[in-house]
Amino acid sequence: MGIDVPWPRPGTLRTAAALAGAGFRRWATYRQAMLAGAFTNTIFGFLRCSVMLAVAGGAGGVAAGYRGPQLVTYVWVGQGLLAVVQLWGWTELSDRVRTGDVQSDLLRPMHPVLTYLTADLGRAGFAMCTRFAAPLVVGALAFQLYVPHRLTTYPLALLSVLAATVVSFGVRYLVNLTAFWLLDIRGVLVAWMLCANVLTGLYFPLAFLPDWVQPILWYGTPFPSILQAPVDVLVERGSAAHQLSILAVQLGWAAAVLAASVLVQRRAERRLVVQGG
Amino acid sequence: MAEHPRATAYRALLVAQVRAQTQYRFSFWLDAVSSSVVSLLDIVAVLVLFRATPALGGFSVRQCLLIAALGNVAFSLADASVGNIDTMRQYIRTGRLDSMLLRPMGVLPQLVFGDFAPRRLGRVLQSCLVLAGTLIWIDPQWTVGRAVLVVAAPLAGAVIFASVFVAGSTVAFWFVESGEFANAFTYGGRDFTLYPISIYPGWFRKIFAYGLGFAFVAYYPALALLGVADPLGAPAALAWCSPLIAVPAVLAAALVWRVGVRHYRSTGS
Amino acid sequence: MALIETHGLRKDFVVRRKVGRLRRQRHVTAAVHDVDLAIEAGEMVGYIGPNGAGKSTTLKMLTGVLSPSAGEVRVCGLRPVAQRTRLALRIGVVFGQRSQLWWDLPLAESFRLLRHVYRVPAADHAARLRRCRRLLELDEFLDTPVRQLSLGQRMRGEITAALLHAPRILFLDEPTIGLDVVSKQSVRAFLAELGEAGDTTLMLTTHDLADIERLCRRLVVIDHGRVVHDGTLGELHARYSSRRRVVAELDVPWNGAAAPSGTSIEAVEADAHRVTFALHSATAGELIASLAASGALRDVSVLEPDIEDVVARLYAAPEPSRG
Repeated sequence: MGIDVPWPRPGTLRTAAALAGAGFRRWATYRQAMLAGAFTNTIFGFLRCSVMLAVAGGAGGVAAGYRGPQLVTYVWVGQGLLAVVQLWGWTELSDRVRTGDVQSDLLRPMHPVLTYLTADLGRAGFAMCTRFAAPLVVGALAFQLYVPHRLTTYPLALLSVLAATVVSFGVRYLVNLTAFWLLDIRGVLVAWMLCANVLTGLYFPLAFLPDWVQPILWYGTPFPSILQAPVDVLVERGSAAHQLSILAVQLGWAAAVLAASVLVQRRAERRLVVQGG
Repeated sequence: MAEHPRATAYRALLVAQVRAQTQYRFSFWLDAVSSSVVSLLDIVAVLVLFRATPALGGFSVRQCLLIAALGNVAFSLADASVGNIDTMRQYIRTGRLDSMLLRPMGVLPQLVFGDFAPRRLGRVLQSCLVLAGTLIWIDPQWTVGRAVLVVAAPLAGAVIFASVFVAGSTVAFWFVESGEFANAFTYGGRDFTLYPISIYPGWFRKIFAYGLGFAFVAYYPALALLGVADPLGAPAALAWCSPLIAVPAVLAAALVWRVGVRHYRSTGS
Repeated sequence: MALIETHGLRKDFVVRRKVGRLRRQRHVTAAVHDVDLAIEAGEMVGYIGPNGAGKSTTLKMLTGVLSPSAGEVRVCGLRPVAQRTRLALRIGVVFGQRSQLWWDLPLAESFRLLRHVYRVPAADHAARLRRCRRLLELDEFLDTPVRQLSLGQRMRGEITAALLHAPRILFLDEPTIGLDVVSKQSVRAFLAELGEAGDTTLMLTTHDLADIERLCRRLVVIDHGRVVHDGTLGELHARYSSRRRVVAELDVPWNGAAAPSGTSIEAVEADAHRVTFALHSATAGELIASLAASGALRDVSVLEPDIEDVVARLYAAPEPSRG
């Protein structure tokens, strides 16, 4: 069975750029919400950072291979990335499914997955400039952040954030698609939030978990690729080769979740047709 | 036995809400199970941290676990009763608060009863079980005072949390798009109470521990239960002050709420 | 004291406008500006005006949703915001674009819930519901969840919900907006009967002129937050010089004589066989009698003034100068 893979065609790219730009501008209008979110991230930065420094202090300076400043960076970058990968609260697609507006998505000349992805990347770009930057500045002023030693780390980290956004988007898209079958996706959302909080490395660095869990998490689930991966790349955990291997895992997951989104989208559309909606 | 008419109304709202939620059966159960697991994670997180370190701010794993368990019970009680008030900003943004203002009941009870999420009760039960388990593990030397404290402290803590929930939600009356602002103090407060306050930097600790009263939710009561002196040098009597903090907290929250409702700007035409 | 009474009622909103790239300026605008109203029990009042005139804002202040910036309000002798829950028992409110019903529950369940919320005795509740079920034909969708109802069905449900506690005043904000023709007629007929029974005072905002003609004995027209007209529909016509007209078909061409007193000639058509008279002080009967006396009257028809014209002219009227 052939799958309609949404490869970008030249004309599509221009459309995609326009969509991403619209995504960027649209989020730029929610100034109040942006400030509120950055404030909350900052408070949580202080809370988590204190805990992590206490852990490092209790462990004699190094906890599970992270030094104090690395943990500080882990916390503040993690708080900033939360908004970039938009871990929580994206229900736009499922809302459109419930109201029936989703049908107009199918009338556009672009594949829905690609449409939403580009809009999401625009949003992420805006978040990088605001929500990512704000807590990081506060963190840098209040604590000692880890500064990467290798110049190559910066482009790698950027790439890693991009990949993380795509993986996060794919998972969120799949979560939202369940609305075609369930209508009310509150339950699925909570389950996703559960994974998002713990398995992405938000609550604590995943390295704090037993060694045997690590490969299962990194290779068996997309979650570490969403948050822990870019943070680990940035704080230079391990060699450059290790950074590249993290990136490879992320790209693998990005491809996997996008392919799954396209597949499930097809099933969902067929369901829409059968229902005659 | 005759029931007060208002009580009947609240019960009717409650039943209707439960019915509406259970209409989507699969979602409901997934929600209920996930929520219970979510709150268990706070406790699990403490244990995970202790895999990386033998002590946290000078406290052992058992001691930290008791602090976390006490904080968790207080938070889950508050969350089950008024936690859904954070949906109020949606009510304000969409103008649905209008319909609530038009009914012959207070808005707060309508939100509390009309949006009641039964899944949150699972969280209360679960947090109580964790506290009981922790107490068995620690086996403090029980006295009457400690027995009273172990019941009174989470209740007072729940009142403090509930006040923060209510006061925090009113921000939306002034700033409609305030988004997650209140979470910094509600969920942030929960995170704060899970750990010994000695780990937080000075001014930050002052705001959360004393300004918002979160030190009295779990930390000081836990010290008294453990028979440990405060490394920061606070008098032991503070363990008993939780109810004294809870009362002004409620009054302040009620005042802010009243002012907020007056300030409501119904959106749309 | 009147059932609804306001003195100098005012509501200011602060609007922030973007000035340049980053700066924003505060503007205070009055959505409702010194409105004085006195509505007696049993009246049917249409509260009309263009979009953004302040209609909904006024209604929200009368119902206790919004607190006024200045002025006095008494509804059923109560202060709406301060005595909100007591007032809620005495009024019913239908906001066309906002639901009072429980989205996920069947309509019947919402009604049952409202009985508890408003503490209505079971027998009264049942009797009122029975009446609404019959008149608004609710039976076929009583067990359907509200979210699945059509707009017309939902609106009939909303009106029922607002009436189950027998309110003294029923406020309706655009009750027929977006409804299909059949639903509109059904809602209109129901409200007309309700208003004529006299137990319930009706106050409604609407853009629908058929609603106005059918349901409003008194019209309060508001524009830019100020009342620009308060009186009957007839007075409105008089004020905006829209008159009833009589079209007379004559056997012989109109001889060019002056119009009978109290009337004027608007048009002479069809080789002067058809003449249109505008009525000023004379009644249609007087004019017809005088035409019949001249002996050449074949046929006659009376044209009602077109309210659409009046309202269009009203809305297009220049903004009253601001104090």
